[in-house]
Amino acid sequence: MSRIRPEEVREIAVLARLALDDEEIARMTQDLDAILGYVAALGELDTTATLPMTHAVPFDCPLREDVVTVALPVDAALANAPQREASFFRVPRIVPSAGAPSGAMTAGTPPEEG
Amino acid sequence: MASAASSSTTSASTLPEVRGASIATLAEGVRAGRWKARDLTEAYLDRVARLDGALGTYLLVDGERARRRASAIDAARVEGRPLGPLAGVPIALKDIFITRDIETTCASKILRGFHPPYESTPSQRLADAGTVMLGKLNMDEFAMGSSNENSSRGTVKNPWSLAHVPGGSSGGSAAAVAASLCAGALGTDTGGSIRQPAALCGVVGIKPTYGRVSRHGVVAFASSLDHPGPFGRTVDDVATLLEVIAGPDPMDATSIPTPVGRYREAVRAGSQAGIAGVRVGVPAEYFGAGMDAEVESAVRAAIAEVERAGANVVPVSLPNTKYAIATYYLICTAEASSNLARYDGVRFGYRTPDAHSLEELYTRTRGEGFGWEPKRRIMLGTYVLRAGYYEAYYGKALKARRLLADDFAAAFARCDVMLTPTSPIPAFRFGEKTADPLQMYLADVMTVAANLAGIPALSQCCGFTRAGLPIGLQVMGPPLGEEAVFRVAGAYEARTDWHRRLPEDPRASGGVA
Repeated sequence: MSRIRPEEVREIAVLARLALDDEEIARMTQDLDAILGYVAALGELDTTATLPMTHAVPFDCPLREDVVTVALPVDAALANAPQREASFFRVPRIVPSAGAPSGAMTAGTPPEEG
Repeated sequence: MASAASSSTTSASTLPEVRGASIATLAEGVRAGRWKARDLTEAYLDRVARLDGALGTYLLVDGERARRRASAIDAARVEGRPLGPLAGVPIALKDIFITRDIETTCASKILRGFHPPYESTPSQRLADAGTVMLGKLNMDEFAMGSSNENSSRGTVKNPWSLAHVPGGSSGGSAAAVAASLCAGALGTDTGGSIRQPAALCGVVGIKPTYGRVSRHGVVAFASSLDHPGPFGRTVDDVATLLEVIAGPDPMDATSIPTPVGRYREAVRAGSQAGIAGVRVGVPAEYFGAGMDAEVESAVRAAIAEVERAGANVVPVSLPNTKYAIATYYLICTAEASSNLARYDGVRFGYRTPDAHSLEELYTRTRGEGFGWEPKRRIMLGTYVLRAGYYEAYYGKALKARRLLADDFAAAFARCDVMLTPTSPIPAFRFGEKTADPLQMYLADVMTVAANLAGIPALSQCCGFTRAGLPIGLQVMGPPLGEEAVFRVAGAYEARTDWHRRLPEDPRASGGVA
């Protein structure tokens, strides 16, 4: 009996923002099924009285003086951008323009509809 | 540059044999003026140029920058300016450490071309100590793997046998140190990624206490489990590097404020005065089924040696050990799915060439940029954090993590350190474990619990198989118990000579596996 179905793997891929083709979905379903089968062993553990542990070392959130410090200059922050425009990261259109069904542009080319 | 050849020929006769040289020896010679930092750097760069074609440890060699830096150190010495404690020592970094203006990729296509605008704290501290950074080392993509086969940029060969893996994910770091392609290196350990490759390549590596070394500028995989740490040829070399990189850092909120211990002194104490009265725990659960017979007998012999050095060996128990791998993979994938969300093609790294919407930009960039193992971990992590599954998987794993940490706390009430194998098996062959993800994950069965508990753990060589592959001994200590770990490791090393063995240099032309 499988623990995870291909349809569920497709849903997870949407949540994870990962484009997977049909072959990858099939292979991923198999892999995740095997791993989920293995980790099910944790069900044997009685943890009713156990508190979750998120960090190995307890630490107080350290505070610092609220003073202005040097920030990364804009040009340095943008130096690795696949595409930039002025002081911005450039991406494909997010909001569809009037008359266009969705952001119909290629990354890198200005919207033809203006 | 023209001066390169002349400076290396004029004083080449004073250079030590760099193959197998210790950091202490190299640093002392530079300080005393017996050899030039520039010549040392040339000697290592020459080895890399001749030998790394066969081993594949470096993703990037920055010879020009290294030569400039080494020459500056030599000039500073001539002018009588102060030198750092490690002035002129050639080192290299796993390509997960952010290096200013030097490409940093985590061996992933999605970070190709990324030239960071800042420097990681551990690499900055090494630079401040005077080391010369030769280049960036190969690794499993985003530190996800135990064999270095998950690199998007070629595999690393084990210097002891080119047909075998070096371990992972810091396979490049371990193999480069083993083959004397750098004097020391940094790696990261999220589930064993320093200790397991150190074991498989016959060198020393330590994962210190969580928070002992800053994670600032170390590309995040699983933030509550990621531990940067050093590799070296000897326990003393590793203690030296750890003293330099450890300590509080205002840029990492999880770094520990406690002052750094005196690790080299602990090594010296162990090697000279022995370890009389030290309680050494041996957890029965780490000697179970599935362990290679040669590994077991080498580790048992090491425990006997430690006992002869004066330690009291006590049996201890870590009863929840069999749940460690499952706990680890649930937590590390959950954290990875969150950390790796930042790779979206917007601000740096790879961007898919033909997306028509922002949504498509994200999904295609990630689908094309990540290799299979990061994809699988992102998917598993997203699944276990999903509403409805969160409690059953992630929540359960966090509770199991507490039980595993409690196991260690109880055991360390009865002993000062614990000795186990680092890996249940010696280096395996390429392709042997790639078909089944669980087979590869189980290679970490001896190492992941220390990450979950955040305790220090070191691996050092304790023998070789009949086929000539190294075997690793793991020394674990309680939180901030690095000095006890170094004391015992130093005592063991002083009584054995495994660490003096060197692999043959691969044939210079390379490529014969």
